[in-house]
Amino acid sequence: MADVSLTKLHKSFDRTEAVCGIDLEIADNEFVVLVGPSGCGKSTTLRMIAGLEEITKGDIRIGGELVNDVPPKDRDIAMVFQNYALYPHMTVFQNMSFGLRLRKYPKKEIQRRVEDAAEVLGISELLQRRPKQLSGGQRQRVAMGRAIVRNPRVFLFDEPLSNLDAKLRQQMRIEIKRVHQHLNTTTVYVTHDQVEAMTLADRVVVMNNGLIEQVGTPGELYHQPRTHFVAGFIGSPAMNFLDCKLERNSGNLEVKLGDMLTLQVPADRGSRYEPYVGRGLVFGIRPEHVHEKRAGEDAFAEVMVNFIEPLGMETMVYFTINGVELCGRVSPEADPRPGQTISLTIDIGKMHLIESETNLVL
Amino acid sequence: MTVSGVSRDFPKPHPSIRGGAFYLWFRRRSTIAVMMCFPLLALITCLVAYPFAYSIYLSMLNKAETAFVGFGNFLFLFKRETFWLVVQQSILFALVAVIFKALIGFIAAHAVNTIPSKGQRKWRGMMLVPWVIPPALSTLGWWWLFEPTYSAFNWLLEEFAVPAVPWLSDVFWARFSVILVNVWVGAPFFLIMYLAALKSIPEELYEAASIDGASAWQKLVHVTLPMMRNIIAITILFSIIVTFANFDIVRVLTQGGPRNSTHLFSTYAFRVGIESGDIPLGAAVSLFMFPALAILAFVILRNVRQRTVSI
Ligand SMILES: Nc1ncnc2c1ncn2[C@@H]1O[C@H](COP(=O)(O)OP(=O)(O)O)[C@@H](O)[C@H]1O
Ligand SMILES: [Mg+2]
Repeated sequence: MADVSLTKLHKSFDRTEAVCGIDLEIADNEFVVLVGPSGCGKSTTLRMIAGLEEITKGDIRIGGELVNDVPPKDRDIAMVFQNYALYPHMTVFQNMSFGLRLRKYPKKEIQRRVEDAAEVLGISELLQRRPKQLSGGQRQRVAMGRAIVRNPRVFLFDEPLSNLDAKLRQQMRIEIKRVHQHLNTTTVYVTHDQVEAMTLADRVVVMNNGLIEQVGTPGELYHQPRTHFVAGFIGSPAMNFLDCKLERNSGNLEVKLGDMLTLQVPADRGSRYEPYVGRGLVFGIRPEHVHEKRAGEDAFAEVMVNFIEPLGMETMVYFTINGVELCGRVSPEADPRPGQTISLTIDIGKMHLIESETNLVL
Repeated sequence: MTVSGVSRDFPKPHPSIRGGAFYLWFRRRSTIAVMMCFPLLALITCLVAYPFAYSIYLSMLNKAETAFVGFGNFLFLFKRETFWLVVQQSILFALVAVIFKALIGFIAAHAVNTIPSKGQRKWRGMMLVPWVIPPALSTLGWWWLFEPTYSAFNWLLEEFAVPAVPWLSDVFWARFSVILVNVWVGAPFFLIMYLAALKSIPEELYEAASIDGASAWQKLVHVTLPMMRNIIAITILFSIIVTFANFDIVRVLTQGGPRNSTHLFSTYAFRVGIESGDIPLGAAVSLFMFPALAILAFVILRNVRQRTVSI
């Protein structure tokens, strides 16, 4: 068990800079997920922690010890790869025990550890099979088993579930969480899937263009995104954005969306937004905070429905305002139809304002 | 209902068609498959089966090809010391040459594989040169290097005050030279095959092995070699067959000399059959290679198939 600390971490390949200076403290036993769009440098960061990629600049410490120049085998870490990376010529048992055999553990100990891990993962019956005779989910379990038997200080996962179908992915997600609760090993997990990130993580690290955008618990990222990028990346369907202007009208602040729509800023945000009056801003609201007008509520807008996505317990409606397609969530009882005009309301307390220049959420 | 001769679907039995039985037989998938193989079968018959059968027939005739002597030629060969010498030499030649070709090819493949991919083409191309020059020509070049009057090797050795080496006239050195040239010609084949095999091993396996704690040597033993086993087996089999049947290098370099000490099956068959004019005996010599190679091929290919099933 150990904490992991990254200090001013840089990585450049020939021309491209993949990681441009990352600072991150991962506590002992913590489950941290690096999430971000493809190509943002997540894997590169993880591989530097593993020692598979040389560090261009900066420091990595595991358990307080500087490991910049320590080869992977001496870092006491285990990694699960996206394509499993099982040795095709070895049985499941041999795959899982390979690291222990190389480290010359006694036979009995190897046997015990492999069987224990197989038990935890429910693959005891598969120990004599070869990877080719396993399904994707089973291979994934074996890859996890290979990591678990070593009882390393840190687990590293690089998009371990992205080759599985949706149902299996959800199962394995629960499995991974269970294993972490059981073993409590410090874990760094890379994914591009924000749902995976939110469900698994103690803390989520949102990355973009080789930089960390925000670090926080899933709740913090959802409710208090710090940047335009995080606001748009976290949450599905994504947050709606509209260009807007902030104006003062007889003491109250108003958000003007185009010429037609005006929204009253809640009183408690007044002082926060005051300095930005008259500036170009972006108004953000999540689809789940846009819904059909109920009795006693003020309509935010009358819109024509472009199309709908019925999901059973809710229905997503898509509509256009000021030439921008937006999304809202209505109850199935409202029964919206494409082409129909409906009245929508906004939970104005859940709005965000983003400064266009700095992309920071105000 | 009229049924046109051309049906879009695969034909189903349809008893009402006149002459349908032949038509249906003709349109059956298996019949079509056999017919499509026909050109290849004809080619094999002309180029392989017929010469093979004919040489078996030839090997059972007397020298003048006038009388049938059964296994007489083979029995005669068994009693000839030279023949057993040729058997030993062929085996020695094939084994030593193939081992060195495979080893050098393996090492060179690793070396080339570590070159960044930009510069790799150039090196791959250069290392293939010995393999693409017609061996009879390149061997002539080697002969020039060995040949006592002009030997460039000896000239070099003498520069360093080392006595000249009788490259082609001493039994040991003649065998050495023949094998050397064969290795030079054949190693690039192994290089290319092993390079392709190396490139097909996923990089992730090595990364997983690094994390599992494997040293470079352990990665070679536990990842590279097992992943390449099939290609190694097949290339070695293929190369043993080709090396065993080698003709041009010995023919150009030593003509089998000195004192028959570098003869292989094919050069000996040529000597006996063409140069000494006993074609049936030559055919008998060349047929000797067949059972040995057939057994070898059978064993190795069975091994490969079993492993392919299990992996
Ligand atoms: N071996 C490499 N050589 C050159 N560029 C690389 C290499 N690996 C990654 N990159 C580049 O670094 C950036 C980050 O890659 P990566 O960390 O794999 O992103 P991701 O967040 O999708 O895992 C990408 O632009 C990618 O093209
Ligand atoms: Mg990646």
